Amino acid sequence: MMTIIFYAAVFFLILWSAHKSMSKTKQALLKSWNSFKNMLPLFLAIVFIVGIILSFLTPETIALLLGGDSNWYSIVLAAIIGSCTIIPGFVTFPLAHTLLENGAGFFQITVFISTSVMVGVLTMPIEIQYFGKKAAYIRNMSAIFFSFLIACIMEALLK
Amino acid sequence: MKYILYRYKFVLLLILINACLYIISPESGIKSIHGTTQNLKEMMFIMPPIFILMGLLDVWIDKKTMTKFMGEHAGMRGVITALFIGSVAAGPGYMAFPFTEVLMKKNAAFTNILIFVGAWSATKIPISLFEASVMGWPFMILRYILDIPAIIIIAKITDILLSKHEKIQLYQARKKEI
Repeated sequence: MMTIIFYAAVFFLILWSAHKSMSKTKQALLKSWNSFKNMLPLFLAIVFIVGIILSFLTPETIALLLGGDSNWYSIVLAAIIGSCTIIPGFVTFPLAHTLLENGAGFFQITVFISTSVMVGVLTMPIEIQYFGKKAAYIRNMSAIFFSFLIACIMEALLK
Repeated sequence: MKYILYRYKFVLLLILINACLYIISPESGIKSIHGTTQNLKEMMFIMPPIFILMGLLDVWIDKKTMTKFMGEHAGMRGVITALFIGSVAAGPGYMAFPFTEVLMKKNAAFTNILIFVGAWSATKIPISLFEASVMGWPFMILRYILDIPAIIIIAKITDILLSKHEKIQLYQARKKEI
């Protein structure tokens, strides 16, 4: 739904742009095409890696790994799985909810949610392409740290 | 032809790995191919409007406007603009990066670019409405209250730890491309 609205919006922008200046519009579309062409191999590679990893790390496996009580072992596992998967939000949240209902510890589930929205280990190659190695490492490491901090605060306030 | 093969060497390697996976364990192999095609469809669907929007912004937004809203001296306005456009955008987390190209070209501050990337995946308003219905409003609101400062602090830390020289190099690399 969001994507369709997005398509419509971009379509009107193109019309508006063409109306204003044909040559600028052509230039814009050429630029779009060039950056698309530049980035496509990397994006395709990421999609394939994600496919391979997710064939092992299915929601059922995640449930199996994170379903128990909170101990240091499952918390670390939650952080690793959260950091390494690219799961869309509409899968992450119901999964987290189901796990909680089935008795998983609140702390590890919060760590899982926080890391999955803030840390992107698998997409690091893309990030490095744009921000360089140093910035990408610093950003992701501090995101891991903050995920734990946020989980601690949420555990204290919500439980 | 050779050039194309070279550019897509990793993709070809991964297809090969996937094929091996299928031979070793057909079940996992099929699952992987299935997941990949699904993600591929999603990616191919979301990529065109994002890249077109990027091209249009590149041509139509002048440096002055960008500097005013997201530049080094934009202050709070820069932070709020970055959070806002990151939060309303559509598309998976990794799609934020191609967008940063145009932000860099137009001299947006590095901190604001990092805030934008952080917001793109952590505080997505369309998905969060769904989050609230599953996890409850207190969970979602508290997460936002904590995530927004965290995104800003992470951006500041990354920005501070990078030297001016390193940032200039990153920006220049972007500007060199057409």
